[in-house]
Amino acid sequence: MKKKRWLFSLIFISVVMLLSGCDTKLMVLDPKGPVAKTQSNTIIFSILMMALVLIVVYILYIFMLTKYRASKTPDDYEPPHMEGSKWLEFIWTAIPIIIVAILSVVTVRTTYAVEKVPAGYEDQKPLVIYASSSNWKWHFSYPEEGIETVNYVNIPTHRPVEFRLYSYGPISSFWVPQLGGQKYAMSDMITKLNLVAEHEGSYMGKNSNFSGKGFAQMEFEVLAQSPADYTKWVKEVQQTAPKLTEQEFNSVLHTDFVGRKSYSSTHLKFSAPPMDMSEHGHGGDNSTDSKESGKDSADHMQDMGDMKDMNDHSSMEHGH
Amino acid sequence: MKWDEFFVTGEPMIYAADVSIVLVSLAIVIGLTYFKKWGYLWREWLTTVDHKKIGIMYILSALIMLFRGGVDALLMRAQLATPDSKFLDAQHYNEIFTTHGVIMILFMAMPFVIGMMNVVVPLQIGARDVAFPRLNAVSFWMFFMGAMLFNISFVIGGSPDAGWSAYFPLASLEFSPTVGNNYYSLALQISGIGTLMTGVNFIVTILKMRAPGMKLMRMPMFTWSVLITNVIILFAFPVLTVALALMMFDRVFGSQFFTMANGGMDMLWANLFWVWGHPEVYIVILPAFGIFSDIISTFSKKNLYGYKSMVVSMVAISVLSFLVWAHHFYTMGQGAMVNGFFSITTMAIAVPTGVKIFNWLFTLRKGKISFTSPMLYAMGFIPIFTIGGVTGVMLAMASADYQYHNTMFLVAHFHYVLIPGTVFGVLAGMHYWFPKMFGFRLNERLAKTAFWLIIVGFNVAFMPLFFLGLNGMTRRMYTYSASTGYGPLNMIATIGALILAVGFVVLCYNFFYSFRHSPRNEGGDPWDARTLEWSTPSPVPVYNFAKVPVVHSEDAFWHAKKHNVPLYEEGPYEEIHMPNNSGQPFILGVIMFFLGFFLVFSWFIPAIIAGVGVIIMLAVRSFERDHGYHIPPKEIAATEQKLRGDTV
Repeated sequence: MKKKRWLFSLIFISVVMLLSGCDTKLMVLDPKGPVAKTQSNTIIFSILMMALVLIVVYILYIFMLTKYRASKTPDDYEPPHMEGSKWLEFIWTAIPIIIVAILSVVTVRTTYAVEKVPAGYEDQKPLVIYASSSNWKWHFSYPEEGIETVNYVNIPTHRPVEFRLYSYGPISSFWVPQLGGQKYAMSDMITKLNLVAEHEGSYMGKNSNFSGKGFAQMEFEVLAQSPADYTKWVKEVQQTAPKLTEQEFNSVLHTDFVGRKSYSSTHLKFSAPPMDMSEHGHGGDNSTDSKESGKDSADHMQDMGDMKDMNDHSSMEHGH
Repeated sequence: MKWDEFFVTGEPMIYAADVSIVLVSLAIVIGLTYFKKWGYLWREWLTTVDHKKIGIMYILSALIMLFRGGVDALLMRAQLATPDSKFLDAQHYNEIFTTHGVIMILFMAMPFVIGMMNVVVPLQIGARDVAFPRLNAVSFWMFFMGAMLFNISFVIGGSPDAGWSAYFPLASLEFSPTVGNNYYSLALQISGIGTLMTGVNFIVTILKMRAPGMKLMRMPMFTWSVLITNVIILFAFPVLTVALALMMFDRVFGSQFFTMANGGMDMLWANLFWVWGHPEVYIVILPAFGIFSDIISTFSKKNLYGYKSMVVSMVAISVLSFLVWAHHFYTMGQGAMVNGFFSITTMAIAVPTGVKIFNWLFTLRKGKISFTSPMLYAMGFIPIFTIGGVTGVMLAMASADYQYHNTMFLVAHFHYVLIPGTVFGVLAGMHYWFPKMFGFRLNERLAKTAFWLIIVGFNVAFMPLFFLGLNGMTRRMYTYSASTGYGPLNMIATIGALILAVGFVVLCYNFFYSFRHSPRNEGGDPWDARTLEWSTPSPVPVYNFAKVPVVHSEDAFWHAKKHNVPLYEEGPYEEIHMPNNSGQPFILGVIMFFLGFFLVFSWFIPAIIAGVGVIIMLAVRSFERDHGYHIPPKEIAATEQKLRGDTV
């Protein structure tokens, strides 16, 4: 069984090589905002817990395999009949239950934490950005600033950003690994993702949910700027970029790849986003939203017919 | 449908496939004619209702599909080995990962597992066949024709390209206008119906046909795992049937269940798919657990540790498997409370699974472990599967899953579960029961070489994906740019995949080598094993047991050997009642194939004709009187004399 030792050392060496090979840190474990930070901490905590489990199993495994191999036992050795042991079986049921309980508490707490506006930023008015996907690009509409970008999004640091996600096509998933985990963008409802950037910089964002031929190219840049630089950029776009006409928007919508674009008005006026499901479900933080969405309520009304089924569904879910 | 769209054109690889398909078909036809084997093929295989032969056909089909799915995997790895590779274009890559997933789960893992059930379960419980032998043949031909229908999409009409989970609206007519996803809905439907019938068949077989004295709590662990698996099949597969039917209505008849307009709901598809899809994972893993249990016990020369808790933990897993489906889409925005619930149920599965791991480890304790090829797979399984298990717990944590979802981390996780679990399981089972099926063992030296190549190749291929995932590489991207830095790890993974492929080549070469060189006449029990299937001669006579065995304890055969208790009652042989062969299941399968094929292309008149054909076949069977045949005692005595060289 020299082979086995050889195998283990091979695995060990390759893992060490892999780890040392990454001189830049793994993206998910290199957070630049509080949401990604929470997730990175959760991941590291779970890795440590699971490493403990692995070590116990591996020690027992190596012990059993070295001690009880046939070549080490006498030829006339007759293994005993063992039914099992209530005591031992209780232990290896109880300990995993404790581990799972600890992880459950961590999971539920962090899941609530990452769904909400990050701690410490609740009092600030969030920057609302509608992020919608179409084959194969991302449209970012800033309703308050009255600007729209395609395939890049600039945000100020230290201010909560509320991304409202929806799709003009297949389900896509909005993901900026260094700012926080992903969420789906779908055609029949709006989902919300709260992110904050605490460091200036350019971050990779992408669609992570397969959506057809151009999926691999469906990336965008998130540029986190200081509030002053951000305001300057907004002004610049408002003054220099062209208006987004319905015709222009439709042509962008139906072109596969368009590169970056900037406009000094949004598509929200003539192409309303779907209903916001989260307002039915969770009351919480939408004092600002209701004012916001009041503007678009006329557009929403005409969608109401189509959305009837959805409403039924939501009230059902609410009932649970 | 224009005729120039009927055949897939424009790719040299497709033309090569066309040519090889024609050549192989010709070779088979010429070979069968030259060796005058048409009659043999029809009498002994196409019309058989014998569970052992049906099992062998399942396993053979699974191996062929393993080859197809494996080639898909190698093509993907070749494309991803270097940044900005032009080896495959996006469309081709999308089709390949879709067919890889569908084929590996539904046409490789499922039939391999079901093939093992077919060969082994009736023998393990001391039965002469399954409860409904004819239905069993129908199950096989439905699966086989479904698999063939799916595979011809490659050259006729185009393969599905929306992923194995076929999420809507991507899989709707609007975004996938080719017939590829029609193939998906119909081929899976046809083989899925076959699987559902297998579920019914094996539940009845295990509950009603056990040998006298074999109480439920004396059944071998593999039989237990099969019983529980088939209960899962019975509850999970109808959901798939409904989902696929709705998908077919959407795509072929223009309904709007999952589309973007008119109140269609894409999330409904995702829910239905995973309500079936998650139990499906346990359908392919639980029998593997059963196989490992039997093998670890046999080659430690000990009874299974904690038999009762093994059974209880499998029942617990089967219940929990229906309560976790939403963990496949935590990111759909259903809120922290729903996600919290599904996180906890998912992590709870780690508890019964952990119990099983520790019971296996303690089965080894104070044993006398011999490292045969089946045992090597079982011993490779424990440490690697545990990595798959603990990463599963990590993925179960919703907040963290927002970062793992759709990444290579997830891809690494499920390969770390499915390959050491299911694939090692069925390979272990194949090496273990090979002498039962064919009367000789596979060469141990070659089998061990293949094992080491597979286990090293597997880890080199999939370990890097964990790191790629944490570095932001998503699954299903057909290319990436050099600036992402994903290149080196992808190259390592591709090298691993090649080593893995060499391992499978050695494994298959072993069939030919062993067929020529392995010693025959090793008797019915070459491994000194513990359960009833080893008490009959190898290969097993058509009636399985000349006399029905009488069971006094668990590990009945071991008990009989050690305590010198006879397994069979004294007395002369009695007539054995056996089912007749029938060509109807095969014909029904062929008609179903054409029904599916016509519906794929929306050719309704031929489809109606084929549909009528199906109804006629069902009617013929309903009014048929077939009471089987009897084997006279004299013939049994002669067969047993020949096989054993003695009388019982």
